Amino acid sequence: MRFVELLVEYAPFFLEATWVTLSLTAVSLAMAMVAGAGVAALAMGRIRPLRWLATAYVGLVRGTPLITQIFIIYFGLAYVVTLPAFWAGAIALAFHNSAYIAEIIRSGFLSVPTGLTEAARSLGMSRLKALRRVQAPLALRTMLPVLGNQYIIAVKDSSLVAFIGMTELFRTSQNMAASTYQPLIAYTVVALFYLAIVLVLTVVVNGLEHRLSRHRRPATA
Amino acid sequence: MDQTADTPDTPLVRMSGIVKRFGSTTVLDGIDLDVARGEVVTLIGPSGAGKSTLLRCINGLERIDEGSIEVGGDLLRYDESHLNDIRARIGMVFQAFNLFPHMTAAENIAVAQREVLGRSRGEALERSRQLLDRVGLAHKERAYPDNLSGGQQQRVAIARALAMDPALMLFDEPTSALDPELVGEVLQVMRDLAQEGMTMVAVTHEMRFAREAADRVVLLADGGIAEQGPPQQVLERPGSERGRSFLRELDQH
Repeated sequence: MRFVELLVEYAPFFLEATWVTLSLTAVSLAMAMVAGAGVAALAMGRIRPLRWLATAYVGLVRGTPLITQIFIIYFGLAYVVTLPAFWAGAIALAFHNSAYIAEIIRSGFLSVPTGLTEAARSLGMSRLKALRRVQAPLALRTMLPVLGNQYIIAVKDSSLVAFIGMTELFRTSQNMAASTYQPLIAYTVVALFYLAIVLVLTVVVNGLEHRLSRHRRPATA
Repeated sequence: MDQTADTPDTPLVRMSGIVKRFGSTTVLDGIDLDVARGEVVTLIGPSGAGKSTLLRCINGLERIDEGSIEVGGDLLRYDESHLNDIRARIGMVFQAFNLFPHMTAAENIAVAQREVLGRSRGEALERSRQLLDRVGLAHKERAYPDNLSGGQQQRVAIARALAMDPALMLFDEPTSALDPELVGEVLQVMRDLAQEGMTMVAVTHEMRFAREAADRVVLLADGGIAEQGPPQQVLERPGSERGRSFLRELDQH
């Protein structure tokens, strides 16, 4: 069968491209988490101009298409510094995801009842200790499913860096389609690769969620 | 430190000329109130009278706009480390319990002992167990708040506050969120505490508690103290018109 033959022939390319997609997504999400936490902190902070800045940042990033951001960063940065496509792509994806992640983090912290923070503070815990022992763990529990969702979107959105010439999964399927004249097979194969990645990610997030929701389950003693 | 003479005779809490505004509304308008060591004071009054606000000023959860508060001879200031220091010595129990939902009963009681008092894990757990036993919940050590009744949650919350070995306990309507049949178990713990000589300030609608356990009842109304004195006096023979009208309203319920 043609499909199986092609799959075997292109498997090594797809596996290598899977690695590129995974590392690109992981690196960009790591950067996005740090930046997103920073933006969320500013948005929830006490300094009004910085709050405005954070709101403007989120508005700007959410208000423009990812593909545009990728091109602006790729071509824009080329004036300043020559970045490998991997890093241009990673920075663009990080930039994009950081705004959404900032909002997820902010909503997570907003979901923690003020009474719980007050209770922690009334016991003499410092702002930082209350944050570490009460606010952050509870915020994380609310954020986790939404973060998981965002990570899934990020994996699939990483396909757009194909257009700045990175040979990740989607680009690999384009190459395959071009050289085999079998676009349907090529894009079906790549769809299955994305699906597999997303399924694994879903299982990991669900597992984490289950572990962190022990307190919501009825006692089993 | 702002140490003034701190002898057993000086009041544990000394509030002078407390003014608290929320926006353009003046909630507390020049309140003077002292609480002696070992004294049990209940704050009563119509809703909106500022009872909870006054209570929350004592441990700095609300900032006062004018006046001064001394706790154990220390003048209350609003810098972080001083506040943490003062708060570690004042236990507070909230209407909504405010237990940490991601921690078991024992962990709720242990967390500030570890973080604030620097007790070891073993020490903190030992003390948590002791206190759970004292509030009648030794068997609930590993239960999460969601699996406890309101009365049980509030008793854990009291144990959590007591674990800091506070010099003073504040209660902010501790039974108002409870089903009627669960009020008794919480009041019993509070009565026991009062009997043991704990200094307490309680905002409450439980007139029976005020009558039986309080040394002094303070009636707040319109941002000031309308009347104060022993429970028999304030709750039975109020001298002020405010006091009489408040009692009439209570009787109608």
